[in-house]
Amino acid sequence: MSRVFAPLAFVVMALFAVAPIIVSNAPYEQTMGLVQKVFYYHVPSAMLMFISAFVCGIASAVFLFKRSAAADRVAVAAGELVVLFGIVVLVTGPLWARKAWGVWWEWDARLTSSLLLWMIFLAYLLVRRYGGPGSEKLAGAMALFGMANVPFVYVSVNYWRTIHPKTSVVMTLGPGMRSAFWFCAVSFGMLYVLLLTLRRRLEDQQAQVERLYLALDD
Amino acid sequence: MSFDFDRLVVDDVSRNFGRRRALTRVSLTCVGGEIVGLLGPNGAGKSTLLAILSTLLAPSSGSVRYGTIDARTAGPALRSRLGLLGHDLYLYPELTARENLEFFARLYGLPGPRDRVTQALAHAGLAERADDVVSGFSRGMRQRLALERALLHAPRLLLLDEPFTGLDDASGQALVARLRGLRRDSAIVVVATHDLDLAEGLLDKVAVLRDGRLLPVSDSTASLRDRYRETILASASPAAVSPDAAPARRPS
Amino acid sequence: MRQFLRVAWVVMRKDLTVEMRSREIVYTTVFFAASCVLVFAFALVREGRPLEDAAAGILWISIAFAGTLGLGRTFERERHTETLRALMLAPSDRPAIYVGKLLGILALLAVVEAVLLPMIGVLFHAPVMASPGWLLALLFTGTVGFASVGTLFAAMLVRARSRDVLLPVLLYPITIPVIIAGVRGTAAILQSAPDEPMARFWAALLLFFDVVFVTLSLWTFEPLMTE
Repeated sequence: MSRVFAPLAFVVMALFAVAPIIVSNAPYEQTMGLVQKVFYYHVPSAMLMFISAFVCGIASAVFLFKRSAAADRVAVAAGELVVLFGIVVLVTGPLWARKAWGVWWEWDARLTSSLLLWMIFLAYLLVRRYGGPGSEKLAGAMALFGMANVPFVYVSVNYWRTIHPKTSVVMTLGPGMRSAFWFCAVSFGMLYVLLLTLRRRLEDQQAQVERLYLALDD
Repeated sequence: MSFDFDRLVVDDVSRNFGRRRALTRVSLTCVGGEIVGLLGPNGAGKSTLLAILSTLLAPSSGSVRYGTIDARTAGPALRSRLGLLGHDLYLYPELTARENLEFFARLYGLPGPRDRVTQALAHAGLAERADDVVSGFSRGMRQRLALERALLHAPRLLLLDEPFTGLDDASGQALVARLRGLRRDSAIVVVATHDLDLAEGLLDKVAVLRDGRLLPVSDSTASLRDRYRETILASASPAAVSPDAAPARRPS
Repeated sequence: MRQFLRVAWVVMRKDLTVEMRSREIVYTTVFFAASCVLVFAFALVREGRPLEDAAAGILWISIAFAGTLGLGRTFERERHTETLRALMLAPSDRPAIYVGKLLGILALLAVVEAVLLPMIGVLFHAPVMASPGWLLALLFTGTVGFASVGTLFAAMLVRARSRDVLLPVLLYPITIPVIIAGVRGTAAILQSAPDEPMARFWAALLLFFDVVFVTLSLWTFEPLMTE
């Protein structure tokens, strides 16, 4: 693993060094101007937040049903990344909303669903931290239920909103924008893989230390 | 769906809670018609071992076999042959003695629950108090009731965690007599206890735990109390460490 | 299968019997739910006229709060006597114990709702008799959704630290779709011209939620409760 880590880290750093340049060179969107460019960071972060939620949920299921400690380690790494990327989404979203709609928050279906998902995984981390011994299983159930909840949250929030005026968040990407978008998507994707691997490795090493402590007693 | 076994084999069982080792490589064999005593100071791991034997806890390594069946592969049917009398007596204080026993009889799916319960209440000497709520019972009465609850389904393996605590002389003797009766019925009885006087003459086999480890016990004819003291003292001196010696202690 | 149902029934009967002796949880939970309604009423009613749809919202929030309280108290009782261990020792499918406990909680919440519904009708001039069929369907599916996840979480928190605060922390985010569906469905029924298709949509969503989450709970009960 450590062999891949250094070149991966280097590639990610290079990508992110170049990204701002690519973003600023992308064409301006007609109606929203400069602020629209926050989307190059907002959308990939949102995608990764959801992907990470599924990774966490599936890893938790494997942990619960197959009693695999390795799966639990992946789960905690993915869980933390949901919260991390969620922070990016929930900060960049309102920044855009302020400019586009004049308010910091609008009960938009997608933004609200993201907030809810973020809170579910924040609860995941809280349980792990404060639940005492055996809290990994509790947290695992939370992640699994959270993941199963995603479609319900989306549908209910979407239809809950029909009373409010619908504001569209999706815009069509012009040609010049598309390449910038995919560049950022790939950069974020690789950043995600890097962070997940790093965090999981930390957990693996901690588990190793525990095993060594226990082996001393044998 | 009946299932039975004639021996209990604990094979190299260890259990850890995070970094703390509660049990280290415990091996033990018990056969039917035996009363095995689990002795040791507080925190030695007796309750943990009993929890593992009752399948409430899984070992971190090693295995437990009931006859030829491994605990891991056994289904719910195994639990119909196990009985546990824990430190907390597992009784509902708001229910009467009869209701408590009837609940467990129905939960275990025993045939003819009413009669069984009446019989059990007679055994426990609680027939007159059968319809009084348990919260009004003394410790001794609750213990007798809890023992009957654990024996309702006639388990092959009975596990008792400190059953003599808080019992007066008469109740203690009655419990001893009851356990002897079980031995006659070829049950395996494992008793974790501090009460060496009551256990004297009751136990067929003695296992001493300290810090999660099983200590070698001498076969002498001395009293239980003396043998126990001797075992504990021997474990404190480095010369008495068993052949597969542990490496140097972790720096504190 | 028969054994499963028998065990669930026996557990539920025991829970109801224990509760009927002191009626402590029933009385205090119903009272708490009623107080909730009043607190929210004072917060949301202006100049004697409630906000639109306030009745539906207040009803469901009170059910959620009372449910959390009831769940906590019920399992605290089991923890106190360590009897959950005795239940786990029984030679039955463990999910049957979950179902038994769930039925007990549903009974408790049914009593709470039986009190809250007329209260809402009277205090907020809400037409609770307008479409009783749909209203009951919404209440039933919503309560099952909330209670199914709640029972599982409360059971697994019995051995955990900080269990009092962790139950709402875990339960509320997961059951938000239930709250949304319950409130919007009930509001559709309680408005001046009841919107039955809307209520049907939300009731269907709740039913779907129930199926998914009861199944998930049955699957995860045993791995969660055993160490």
